[in-house]
Amino acid sequence: MLHKHAKFVDVSFKGLLWLCIGATLTTTTLVVVILGTEAYHFFSLVPITEFLFGTHWEPLIEPRSFGVLPLVCGTGMIVLGSIAFALPIGLGIATYLSEFAPNWVRSTIKPTLEILAGIPTVVYGYFALTFITPILRSLFPETEIFNAASGAIVVGIMILPMISSLCDDAFRGLPSSLREGGYALGATPYEVVTRVVLPAAGGRIGAAVILAVSRAIGETMAVTLAAGASPNLTANPFESIQTMTAYIVQVSLGDTPVGGVEYLTCFAVAGLLFTITFIMNVIGSQLLLKTQWQSRS
Amino acid sequence: MNQEAPILKTEGLKISYGSTPAINGISIEIRPNRVTAVIGPSGCGKSTLLRTFNRMNDFIPNIKTEGQVWFRGQNMFHPKVDPVNIRKHVGMVFQRPNPFPKSIYKNITWGPTIHSYAGNLDELVEKSLKRAALWDEVKSRLHDSAFDLSGGQQQRLCIARTIAMNPDVILMDEPCSALDPKATARIEDLIGELRSRYTIVIVTHNMQQAARISDETLFLYEGNLIESGKTKALFTNPTKQQTEDYITGRFG
Repeated sequence: MLHKHAKFVDVSFKGLLWLCIGATLTTTTLVVVILGTEAYHFFSLVPITEFLFGTHWEPLIEPRSFGVLPLVCGTGMIVLGSIAFALPIGLGIATYLSEFAPNWVRSTIKPTLEILAGIPTVVYGYFALTFITPILRSLFPETEIFNAASGAIVVGIMILPMISSLCDDAFRGLPSSLREGGYALGATPYEVVTRVVLPAAGGRIGAAVILAVSRAIGETMAVTLAAGASPNLTANPFESIQTMTAYIVQVSLGDTPVGGVEYLTCFAVAGLLFTITFIMNVIGSQLLLKTQWQSRS
Repeated sequence: MNQEAPILKTEGLKISYGSTPAINGISIEIRPNRVTAVIGPSGCGKSTLLRTFNRMNDFIPNIKTEGQVWFRGQNMFHPKVDPVNIRKHVGMVFQRPNPFPKSIYKNITWGPTIHSYAGNLDELVEKSLKRAALWDEVKSRLHDSAFDLSGGQQQRLCIARTIAMNPDVILMDEPCSALDPKATARIEDLIGELRSRYTIVIVTHNMQQAARISDETLFLYEGNLIESGKTKALFTNPTKQQTEDYITGRFG
């Protein structure tokens, strides 16, 4: 009797777990399917080549044009700018934490960085608008109210915890015998960090950057607030731009009629965004797997 | 310098980790161009003693070193002495082979390059690998990863890397503990060949190994130097009961 009861619990417990997995898988599949079908509808109205290679994005007002490049360029500027901001600082933080920091400093800074990761993104957007942008405007008077630089810096701050934490893990994953080998050859701490630790962790630093890029590409709220909503094909970081995500926000908020071509643009852009981040994530995780520290002895 | 003057010397050396004593006042002299073995049971302080000679203990927090240590007559713990400089002259080979994740060639040139070696690197690599008895096995694949080598080859690469710095002393911390008997025998042969050029101090828990390869032996027990002297004499005719008990395998 007892045995039967135990078996029932066992089976229903497993069933419950399967239900959880099933719900996740179904949701993911549905998202991909909806994204795919709606994007397909869009591409039956607008040629995919016009979408991918067109340099003008004006889908909401006549005469319409559907060249996504200004949005891709906007996202690209945010990504490049944020990585340029966050990678040196993140590497610096990680190097200090893993190689030099005494335990009490480490145990203070790590949680502080994690708090940074927990701040709502809209707060970051507000912070960019009211703090970073005024500073930029006082340094570079030609800066527009909404500008790519401010968005890039704030996204850089947002991905900083991720980069420093992943790099710190990468450094601490290296065996200490590797550092000892360097020191025993008469190297200074600086030489050990730059010529042993950094190169040995290179692959995992690369993986951290790719995962951070994918996060920066998907970032929405802060860039919408900071960088604006003008799909300009520009390389000037002080001009207003629009990212792919910010465009989706614009359409979702507006009174765009459901079913029209302007409504469908949303799915085309989202599909492109999904494809890019998906590829980035796959490369990033592969790199992370492949570069786990391994040594034969 | 007199051939018989000690190259390394300690006087009243005391080391403790926090409040745990590791070495309780050891005074020894290590002569140049000999192989000196440091033996003793686990935890007797032999690795701690070895790591004093290139100041690798500096990296351990809360470690306290008292007493005097001289390298070539120079006080190693004088505030003006830079440990980085000492390590250029006192090399070290570790328990487990720890080559850099780079090519065989770059493993050898790593140390000399950071010290702006002025000579020909190709020649240095060949000379170092030859002295470490590894040249013939790797000469056709110098630019392969060091991780492609077997454990024993990796350890000889680490010895070659140390030799490339042209040190006076090579410290070896149980260099064969991760190796099989065949690779161990090769390293032991190599140590015999290196004796003429370098002063070697080797920590080993393998008494047969100490007896086979060393000229002098120090026997440590619980942080104290129990007995030291010519290896042959110490192994055949120990003066202390503890030494005899240890080398005959009664404890340890």
